[in-house]
Amino acid sequence: MHIVYPAVVSALLFSIGVYGVLARRNTILVLMSVELMLNAVNLNLVAFDVWLRDRLHSGQVLTLFVIVIAAAELGVGLAIVLGVYRNRRSVDLDGMRDLADPGTEPAGIPGDAAAESATTPVAAEAAARSGEAKP
Amino acid sequence: MAEVPSYLSPTGQEIVFLLLGAVAVGAALLVVTTRQLVHAALWLVVCFGALAGCYLVLTAEFVAWVQVLIYVGAVVALLLFGLMLTRAPIGRSADLDSGNRPVAALVALATAALLVTVVIDGFRTAYADLTPGRGAAKELGSSIFRNWVLPFEALSVLLLAALIGAIVLSRTDIRGR
Repeated sequence: MHIVYPAVVSALLFSIGVYGVLARRNTILVLMSVELMLNAVNLNLVAFDVWLRDRLHSGQVLTLFVIVIAAAELGVGLAIVLGVYRNRRSVDLDGMRDLADPGTEPAGIPGDAAAESATTPVAAEAAARSGEAKP
Repeated sequence: MAEVPSYLSPTGQEIVFLLLGAVAVGAALLVVTTRQLVHAALWLVVCFGALAGCYLVLTAEFVAWVQVLIYVGAVVALLLFGLMLTRAPIGRSADLDSGNRPVAALVALATAALLVTVVIDGFRTAYADLTPGRGAAKELGSSIFRNWVLPFEALSVLLLAALIGAIVLSRTDIRGR
């Protein structure tokens, strides 16, 4: 097996992940792209472990560790996304501009409109919370 | 490493690997370009499954099964839960891509060109003979529990911390003082 093949596949996967992180608006899609990038790294690790015939199996063991860390990262990340959704009724990354300079709102991006007009979902959220607290 | 087999006469393993890699890359492209949120998660299953096949071809059996169990089984289910809990619309949604999509495509293409050029230039003569059994569960398990015990334990503490963190973050009835 030429090592170039897995290395090229992993480079392409990594670039696709970069594109997804930069171009997507939904936070969960960005998390998916991060997973793609981590998988590209895993493929590299496995390929180079096979090539170098490491006696300690560092590459494959590190791949397992990366998989576990990715799972932990995704769990915490999704919890954060759910918190954001609870507070803002939206998971659009472009809408989260609370820390941006005032007056730098780029055109064509529906800024806080979704979050500010969320007067009706508040009632729904309160209902959901009371239902949540009951059990 | 003196004699490198020609690229023009690929072995069966290489053909299988390249096909699986093409499936993985195509599915990944669909993940980042599809207009339907749930389809992105399902294409992610295809991508991870093809990658597990790649690991199998590279004789990393245990990693392949862990990939199937954790990525295809757990991570995608978690992502689907996240999509459902944020009330993701079923069907097409128009605004999944942000405004900086051309710049993102440019950056991604530049990254791909740079990485592929460097990798091809650097590892043109690298060739690995695949011997089955090096990535079996027995080998890998004895390696983890003999040489990598301390990182393993640290990782279990990290998992515990992530578990508690996720619970604290997602429960609404825990208030700060």
